Amino acid sequence: MTHVLDPDALSDDARLTAPPLPPFSDITRSDASLRAFLHGLPGVDQVGAEARVAVLGTRSIKTTAKAWAIDTAISMVDLTTLEGSDTPGKVRSLAAKAKRPDPGDPTCPPVAAVCVYGDLAGVAREALAGTGLHVAAVATAFPSGRASREVKIADVKDAVANGADEIDMVIDRGAFLTGRYLDVYDEIVAVKEACGSAHLKVILETGELVTLDNVRRASWLAMLAGGDFIKTSTGKISPAATLPVCLVMLEAVRDFRAATGRQVGVKPAGGIRTTKDAMKHLVLVNETAGPDWLSPDWFRLGASSLLNDLLLQRQKLRTGHYSGPDYVTVD
Amino acid sequence: MSSDRLAVRKTYKLYVNGAFPRSESGRTYEVTDPRGHFLANAAWASRKDARDAVVAARGAFGKWSGMTAYNRGQVLYRVAEVMEGRHAQFCDEVATGEGLSGSKARAAVDAAIDRWVWYAGWTDKLAAVLGGANPVAGPYFDFSMPEPTGVVAVLAPQESSLLGLVSVLAPVLATGNTGVVVTSKDRPLPAVTLGEVLATSDVPGGVVNLLTGDAAELGTWLAEHADVDAIDLTGAPAGRAMEFEREAAGTVKRVVRPPATEPDWTADPGLSRMTPFLETKTVWHPMGV
Amino acid sequence: MTSLFEYAPAPESRSIVDIRPSYGLFIDGVFVDGTGEPFKTVNPATEEVLTEVSSGSAADVDRAVAAARRAFTRTWGPMRPADRGKYLFRIARLLQERAREFAVLESLDNGKPIRESRDVDIPLAAAHFFYHAGWADKLDFAGLGPGPRPLGVAGQVIPWNFPMLMLAWKIAPALATGNTVVLKPAETTPLTALLFAEICQQADLPPGVVNIVTGAGETGRAVVEHGDVDKVAFTGSTEVGKSIARAVAGTRKSLTLELGGKAANIVFDDAAIDQAVEGIVQGIFFNQGHVCCAGSRLLVQENVHDEVIASLQRRISTLRVGDPLDKNTDLGAINSHLQLARIRELVDIGDAEGAQRWQPDCVLPEKGFWFKPTVFTQVSPAHRIARDEVFGPVLSVMTFRTPDEAVAKANNTTYGLSAGIWTEKGSRILKIANQLRAGVVWANTFNKFDPTSPFGGYKQSGYGREGGRHGLTGYLKGADRS
Repeated sequence: MTHVLDPDALSDDARLTAPPLPPFSDITRSDASLRAFLHGLPGVDQVGAEARVAVLGTRSIKTTAKAWAIDTAISMVDLTTLEGSDTPGKVRSLAAKAKRPDPGDPTCPPVAAVCVYGDLAGVAREALAGTGLHVAAVATAFPSGRASREVKIADVKDAVANGADEIDMVIDRGAFLTGRYLDVYDEIVAVKEACGSAHLKVILETGELVTLDNVRRASWLAMLAGGDFIKTSTGKISPAATLPVCLVMLEAVRDFRAATGRQVGVKPAGGIRTTKDAMKHLVLVNETAGPDWLSPDWFRLGASSLLNDLLLQRQKLRTGHYSGPDYVTVD
Repeated sequence: MSSDRLAVRKTYKLYVNGAFPRSESGRTYEVTDPRGHFLANAAWASRKDARDAVVAARGAFGKWSGMTAYNRGQVLYRVAEVMEGRHAQFCDEVATGEGLSGSKARAAVDAAIDRWVWYAGWTDKLAAVLGGANPVAGPYFDFSMPEPTGVVAVLAPQESSLLGLVSVLAPVLATGNTGVVVTSKDRPLPAVTLGEVLATSDVPGGVVNLLTGDAAELGTWLAEHADVDAIDLTGAPAGRAMEFEREAAGTVKRVVRPPATEPDWTADPGLSRMTPFLETKTVWHPMGV
Repeated sequence: MTSLFEYAPAPESRSIVDIRPSYGLFIDGVFVDGTGEPFKTVNPATEEVLTEVSSGSAADVDRAVAAARRAFTRTWGPMRPADRGKYLFRIARLLQERAREFAVLESLDNGKPIRESRDVDIPLAAAHFFYHAGWADKLDFAGLGPGPRPLGVAGQVIPWNFPMLMLAWKIAPALATGNTVVLKPAETTPLTALLFAEICQQADLPPGVVNIVTGAGETGRAVVEHGDVDKVAFTGSTEVGKSIARAVAGTRKSLTLELGGKAANIVFDDAAIDQAVEGIVQGIFFNQGHVCCAGSRLLVQENVHDEVIASLQRRISTLRVGDPLDKNTDLGAINSHLQLARIRELVDIGDAEGAQRWQPDCVLPEKGFWFKPTVFTQVSPAHRIARDEVFGPVLSVMTFRTPDEAVAKANNTTYGLSAGIWTEKGSRILKIANQLRAGVVWANTFNKFDPTSPFGGYKQSGYGREGGRHGLTGYLKGADRS
């Protein structure tokens, strides 16, 4: 068994960028054609999807598998702070934790990225200089997305200019729910363009889309528009990341790659607090999209408190006894 | 008007697939009253007639079982209406065939007609009485409903030639099944007239097939027939029921065993003659958004 | 096949079960030695002999029936219905308390994955007792006619595929309706029934109410043919079911049969494909396909055939085959050498008849009885694998073009136990469900069971229902069977 972290996992040169997709170029020609395509996707039976994740949730991850999974999960964390009260000091302390999550254990891998508001991206970039860790910034009038497109684009450009190399945008759920799919699509395309070389994560805010059918449609919409990642939630709406939602999104990226050859990442965010939650997500990735997605390049966990639980479990595995909150850092 | 007019006698034939054929075997047998006086020659159904009857019943099953319960109820009620019009004829046949007094024969015919009315009213209530929703422990809507089992072979009672016959046939039809009936061997004439009633009362051809003849001979063919779903052995000749039941086991038929002696057909039958010919189908569906 | 994320072994501890070196018969509340030749029961995953079990002779069966008759006349019959209910509630609770023990023992003796015995078999068995416990003092309200009365002594013969669950399906309704029981478990899986006998003792169930007589076919025949048995209930093969129906012909014994099946699982082109694929997998690989209602004939609409088969193969490749006690195992061992031989024979015939066999690249353990999950495509309705019940992890795939064709092919079988429909169109579900000649129709789901939900077949899949109000009728005098 080779439970070794992929050494290239944190580099970004392996990522594919969004090329035009010839077989799908007709789909976005008009609102009608886009609508016909999205509504032609197979439906999702909610009960069946929930039953599937319930079974996967009983997977028992022990010993070596658990050790590998914990380190993998840590390396996939987008360590996040998205509060009105955020300050440069808070972001610096988060960045320090991101680099060395467990100060007492140099074998502990760093996380994937720090995720902040755009105005603090510069602070994060500076704090993470030379580490290879990514700086993710939420943009596009996060979390509601209720602003004009000009403002959203400006928001994105500002965050990129501040040093973000990953942009977490929100889709216009109002437009999506009223069926103006082409508006949503065009906006993602515009944001993607504004991102330049920064990677784009498209937040679907699945808690507001409600049905799994909508989740599948929104996933395809975001991927067609060039999103590098699809992300469940802002964390500001409940429910945030749920396993059935994640299942449907993983099926979407799997099917999208089969149809287009382009691989898109998935990021559940919000509500993932325990190691057990993280294990369930990794099992879901492993058995739905497959091992190709088991790297920080293709799967992220948007979280804040999760990291400490992963660290506590990691310490337990290493020492053989239970740890306590005083043995991990408060951010 | 001359009272010495020579009567036109009726030829008593089988009733199969909505038509009145003679037996393919060309056989007939003599029907007499209980005192041995000649009444008629009846068609003596053969195994091939039984085979044809099963084919007819199977062919009619889809249409009959697919009708709305309301429609089927009306058709059965229509049978009662048309019987009422032939009341005198039935009384005459029952009285002579069973050797009953006029009033007793009339009571039997009245009860037979009323039995059709009773079963006619059942068609659209069975699902409510025998089906329902099942509160399963999960996000599923789950319901069970009765459905007809298919083609039912009936060995009709040997004694009660009309009331007994209707009492075993009507429940088969009310539940949406189609039937192949071997009538009372010695008292087949009311059954033939009933065939004429059925043929003129909106019962689709093939739904009921009436074979006059010997249950002892035909019972085996029907019990073994792979396209028969259930068999009612009520009129099985003494000593043969166990053998027929064994034969029926070969294709897992639903079997109604004969009572020790012929029952009192005027008694309230309850559901007892319908449920043996009903299957319960349970359907599950998830409840999600 | 190595993966980035290899799940380490996660075996359930078997130390929780205490298997004795030998077991007797449970008659009249105590364990007694049988007078037949004892037999061994093995763990099909390892071929390890688990223990030796008594075999009930005709004389032993006679004693068991006599004990059941006594209990029926003296204790269980006259008992207040509410008290009968309380005993059943007790049993349900004891099963829940000792659930893990039952689950481990079931997986050891049967070969099924612990995930299934733990999450399906045992919880459902307990649920059956809990459900029927409530009926005991409410039979007057069951709509089965006035003053329903028990039949007397029920002789019950159950199969090896769901040993404990089938025991519950048989014993719970029999006791709730006031009958007493002589039950014969399957020869290859007697252990949970014997552990259940201990539960009866712990519950202080009066002696003779439940009697467990282990043995092979001869023992079963003695139970079925015993002259003082009033009711025979059998779950198993259609062949044996027919012989039982012959055996009870001409008697006053009431009979219910739950026999084989060859269910069609119909996938329309508008189905929720991912869930349909899950349902197909659940339909045929649940319990290694040792399921009478298994969805063993997949009928796929021709225009989505390739897509569905590709998804299905990808999904099957993720199935984890191996140690039944590993909590991550999806597919366990084939129950017996005999059954494995039967599966192999039919699969060989499938090959010979020209169907295309596909199996995932998985490694099977060296010892024990194993068979890879198998999918046959290009199957014709005339092929044996499309008609005969394989009772193993073998799926036969056929296609259809129109709903009428789907229904015609689905119904083209002598069986009629279950069927599946996958479509997002509600009216189509109801229409097709109506047209299918099967006792259980799963629409957009498969292999779901519940004590409140009547289960049983049309045609040669048997008669009578188990579960729900309908399941009570088979155990009550004069109750209208439905």
